[in-house]
Amino acid sequence: MTTSYVEPYVLPEHDVPHWRDVDPKRSYDVVIVGAGGHGLATAYYLAKNHGITDVAVLDKGWLAGGNMARNTTIIRSNYLWDESAAIYEHALKLWEGLEEDLGYELLFSQRGVLNLAHNLGDVREGKRRVNANQLNGVDAQWLEPEDIKKLVPILDTSRDVRYPVHGGTFQPRAGIAKHDYVAWGFARAAYERGVQLIQHCEVTGVSVDGNRVTGVETTRGPIAAGKVALCAAGHTSVLGDMAGLRFPIQSHPLQALVSELLEQVLDTVVMSNAVHVYVSQAHKGELVLGAGIDSYNGYGQRGSIHVIEHQLSAALELFPIFARAHVLRTWAGIVDVCPDASPILGLTPIEELYVNGGWGTGGFKATPGAGWVYADTIANGRPHPLAEPYRIDRFRTGALIDEHGAAAVAH
Amino acid sequence: MTRLTSGGDRVDRSRPVTVTFDGADYPAYAGDTLASALLANGVRTVARGIYTGRPRGVFGIGAEEPNAFVQVESGTGEPMLPATLVEVYDGLRARSVAGKGRLSDVPDNARYDHKTAHCELVVVGGGMDGLRIAAEAAGRGERVVVCESSRVLAATLQEQDDVLLLNRTTVVGQYDHGYVVAVERRTDHLPDAPETVARQRLWHVRAGRVVDTTKGMEHPYAFPDNDRPGVMLAGAAAEYVTWYGVLPGRVAVVASGNDDALRAALVLADAGVALGAVLDTRPEVPAGLADGLRGLGVDVRTGHAVCGTDADSDGAVVAAHVAPVDEHGRGTAEPQLIRCDLVAVSRAWGPPPWSGQQVRTPGGASTTVGVPSVIRVPDGDGDAAGRTFVDLHRDATLADVERAVRVGMTHPEHVKRYTTIGTGADQGRTANPVMLGVLAELTGRPTAELEPTTSRPPAVPVSFALLAGRDRGRLADPERVTPMHPWHVAHGLPFEDVGQWRRPWYAPRGDEDMDEAVRRECRAVRTGVGTMDASTLGKIELQGRDVGAFLDRIYTNLFSTLKVGRIKYGVMCHADGMVFDDGTTARLSEDRWLMSTTTGNAAAVLDWLEEWLFTEWPELDVRCTSVTDHWATVAIAGPRSRDVVAALAPDLDLGAEAFPFMTFREATVAGLPARVFRISFSGELAYEVNVPAWYGLALWERVLEAGKPYGITVYGTETMHVLRAEKGFPIVGQDTDGTVTPQDLGMSWAVSKRKSFVGKRSYGREENLRDDRKQLVGLVADGDRVVPEGAQLVVAPGGVPPVPMAGHVTSGYWSTALEQPFALALLERGSERHGERLYAVDDGEAVAVTVTAPVCYDPEGARRDG
Amino acid sequence: MLYIPCPWCGPRDETEFRYGGEAGVAYPADPDAVDDAAWSEYLFVRSNPKGWFEERWVHTSGCRRWFTVRRHTVSYEIRDPRPIGEST
Repeated sequence: MTTSYVEPYVLPEHDVPHWRDVDPKRSYDVVIVGAGGHGLATAYYLAKNHGITDVAVLDKGWLAGGNMARNTTIIRSNYLWDESAAIYEHALKLWEGLEEDLGYELLFSQRGVLNLAHNLGDVREGKRRVNANQLNGVDAQWLEPEDIKKLVPILDTSRDVRYPVHGGTFQPRAGIAKHDYVAWGFARAAYERGVQLIQHCEVTGVSVDGNRVTGVETTRGPIAAGKVALCAAGHTSVLGDMAGLRFPIQSHPLQALVSELLEQVLDTVVMSNAVHVYVSQAHKGELVLGAGIDSYNGYGQRGSIHVIEHQLSAALELFPIFARAHVLRTWAGIVDVCPDASPILGLTPIEELYVNGGWGTGGFKATPGAGWVYADTIANGRPHPLAEPYRIDRFRTGALIDEHGAAAVAH
Repeated sequence: MTRLTSGGDRVDRSRPVTVTFDGADYPAYAGDTLASALLANGVRTVARGIYTGRPRGVFGIGAEEPNAFVQVESGTGEPMLPATLVEVYDGLRARSVAGKGRLSDVPDNARYDHKTAHCELVVVGGGMDGLRIAAEAAGRGERVVVCESSRVLAATLQEQDDVLLLNRTTVVGQYDHGYVVAVERRTDHLPDAPETVARQRLWHVRAGRVVDTTKGMEHPYAFPDNDRPGVMLAGAAAEYVTWYGVLPGRVAVVASGNDDALRAALVLADAGVALGAVLDTRPEVPAGLADGLRGLGVDVRTGHAVCGTDADSDGAVVAAHVAPVDEHGRGTAEPQLIRCDLVAVSRAWGPPPWSGQQVRTPGGASTTVGVPSVIRVPDGDGDAAGRTFVDLHRDATLADVERAVRVGMTHPEHVKRYTTIGTGADQGRTANPVMLGVLAELTGRPTAELEPTTSRPPAVPVSFALLAGRDRGRLADPERVTPMHPWHVAHGLPFEDVGQWRRPWYAPRGDEDMDEAVRRECRAVRTGVGTMDASTLGKIELQGRDVGAFLDRIYTNLFSTLKVGRIKYGVMCHADGMVFDDGTTARLSEDRWLMSTTTGNAAAVLDWLEEWLFTEWPELDVRCTSVTDHWATVAIAGPRSRDVVAALAPDLDLGAEAFPFMTFREATVAGLPARVFRISFSGELAYEVNVPAWYGLALWERVLEAGKPYGITVYGTETMHVLRAEKGFPIVGQDTDGTVTPQDLGMSWAVSKRKSFVGKRSYGREENLRDDRKQLVGLVADGDRVVPEGAQLVVAPGGVPPVPMAGHVTSGYWSTALEQPFALALLERGSERHGERLYAVDDGEAVAVTVTAPVCYDPEGARRDG
Repeated sequence: MLYIPCPWCGPRDETEFRYGGEAGVAYPADPDAVDDAAWSEYLFVRSNPKGWFEERWVHTSGCRRWFTVRRHTVSYEIRDPRPIGEST
């Protein structure tokens, strides 16, 4: 035997239920559609920050079973534009106090995120982003290849390779968290404050009277609501169609995979937009890798194998030591993508109907920030200042927040 | 030794081999798996639990194995495989692991390849049924691929049949539209195979349909201390006898809940295993089976189950606790001890083990009704009577499931995620049915009502290296090189990667660094003559009557009036009005045009043109052909460039009036058929000579030869960038980022107000009418330090974040023309701010800069005629 | 790896194609005649149904022609491949 035994990463003993299944009431002050990370965080902050507790969070399946259960758990705030840096940094600051705030273990680990540059264009773009981050108060560093080699010894930083590493940006405060625990932590905290979490209750219609929302139709009957907040990543368009709203959103499969459990080889998160790789090693020991999105629209929660093959080819150029690792499982989520790779968050043309969607490949990292801002927007009936740039009509005016450089592929 | 003297239809007793496990040598036979070899040698403890460290033995016989994971150290090596899937060979060396593998840092140099097949039928499983189905389909003229995880035993196929028999091939994924992916293990059992033979092959099979002939999957029930070496699936125990001639134990207690397990007991008894008892949880079992066993003197007890084990000092089973149980699996009397070294457990058989479709894991099969998933001792809860493992691989127990249910986790997915049950390398094949049964019991719901978790491809773990296949190293991504590339390599030029192209970056002499080389190259072009390989620029030939009209719609400026022989610069935008590409287009003849694009965008531009032609304007007579690779281009730039071209093309009249700027000529250059374009990206007198690609290297060498008297200097992309920046020419993708309009670049002169073109409508939007848009400006710095690209522009240095940013530096160089640093930047209201002092902040350091016009060199354009 | 029926070349692997998004979104005949809302609808808004979807592909590594198919965005079943502009 060569191996030492490790402590299992399991949650501490909880003495009270996280939530109880209940039948929906006939009406609520606020109905949130979608019990994913954003929906649960929104419910929590509605209760905590705004004292609004007559809230139901509805989900068509099991709680947090959509993208919240399928993402690669990367958390960072090193976005280029001011509007993005503001909301993601707000989220990161919340992450930093979230375990304490929720009283729940989240395995939040600030192990840093490294974004690699493989050509002179990447270098320029990376330095531009680092400088913007620093001036926006977001921790960011530019690392030269020799610094990167020290940080990630298993990375092939030699020059004569297909994807030479010319440097990279590093955000030390970035990291990962355990996605399920985040959902459960918010769920429990919301439930404790009186929010009802209703699983297996699919919304089939949005009820509108005049130009004002009045509730939702569900597979468990109609539910009246003073305010309805859409929050179902991947399915924003489907819900929009129910209300007669067309959002500039397309849904695509996004695949990811894990390896078997391996002894620790990677202590930080490494991303490479140019070669479509992002990888971390989770607490248990598995390598978690994300792929690029599949090109076509799809709600099938599955993608094509060539995307995985391409991703692993690129991964092995960067990390030759991964050659013998095995893919244990692949899966896909449904990401809804906006034309500028930034989300839509705020009011809709229908009174008291709110929308939060279009986070594309990067919604997880925003979970507490999006919940906070969305709750404030819902409670006050006007966009939170951080949500102001994410209004729908930016597509009419042309005031896009083009984060393709920071978000198009990677997370 | 527990190997029988005969029997075992998978081993070849004529080929003995030696395997090494945890440092000890063991005899085995070709055809054994490491699991059967270890069982044959009485090795009971094969691995350890990942968290508990408890000893674990072989539990199954195939991909369902949750316990016996090993690290293979011989051959290519493997971090963690179940011993049940490791085929032995002489010299196999392996080591036990505890749930975690270790990646070797020795490079994996084995070859992995991918192969494609098309067929009407894929048969999963090469047993009797599989081969029969294959033969029938082949007889109908169908193409058939048979994938057998081990080896096909008997081929009854006709020679003329179009059947591909793949041994040692496991179907790992079934995807949309009949796409089947299978792993063929080709050389692991052949340690002497040459390195040129692929170790593994990933088959991509496009199949009309798939028939799965593999047998069902056996489910255990759980009981206290069910993880000890000696506890094994009953069907697996019997198969070790029939497949490998190996006795998995000397004295067995069979813990049954189905008829097949009783049959397995008969197989064990027949092979000479003493049966301490055969227990069945069911109140009644078929008389024939029970009588058969009793006839052998076996103690058959219905309504009984194993409810615990005792272990020896090594942790392996020495006795089973046996008790009568009720229909919930609760013991109803004090357990009795029966000495044994094998507990063969089988609750039920479920559907086949799933070959990579994304499906819900089969939960309660019909045979399982009424058979408990977990056995508890009287009055015992949780792990009080010993830990009851639900998932052996993940070391997760009954108490973990109970804990999950207590906090409200009632959906199988939640329990899975709370406890990690079913997330291991075995995909939870033996754990998931137990977990569902326990969950059903704890929540008072029928198993059938539980929505099972989803199995995900691959069906068995597949290595990263195999999935990457041959796309490694230089083949990871195509490399594009120009015809002159051998010269660049021979002369030691460093390369810049631009898309897939490798472009010469600069051309150092002696021990010059890049700055020194680039300053020398810049001076040469500004004062003498320089040359560069410009072959990578995208080239698209457009033919047809309507090219001019088409270009009018695509470019922001007017092209249809361009005369034959003339060249024009154009900008194209996406429909959102943002600059997408730029370049020059020449009119070769009335209906033939040659467009140049940026190097990185050539394919995207071609796609763009064709999309409009096919989907919006099919009435236009235009055809597009990529000719980037057909032509090699040598740029010759500088006041002495005319002399060099004159030496090469004595018949060509190079006078400024005879051959004016922005025109081209067909000519013989250096004896080669050529097109000579009088365009300039440096502001100097310049020519670009295009010859068919296969003459590229010859042209290059002759240009250098002809230029010798003028001190011709080779330059690369860096010098090209400096020279164009001094002229204020933006590079799309460097000085633009998809948010920049032609107007922002100061190119309103190139934006037609009279005609319609793609993107024009967007300039009327609110955001485009703002007066604080970012615009291209020049910057000059005071000191000697080059203004760093990517620096952000601020009005005042210092300040507490968030510090407002007014723009950023897109290009920054040392200007040999100005003898000072010079940069291009995008700056809010930039065109109104010439003369203003700003600070460029890079990594916290602020450099004072003065805003200027983007053109810092020869703004009148006086130098282009030489 | 979808199996996509090119109307000219027959069924081919997905990797030979590029996705073209929703079919039938016409470029406005006179862009200057539409208001900002309609223009932004043309630029950015596409249907995104969960179910049958009329969409375009282009056979980039084959005949380079564009065509329309009807594809189900959950089952991924593909029907009715046809040249751009032709109805079923």
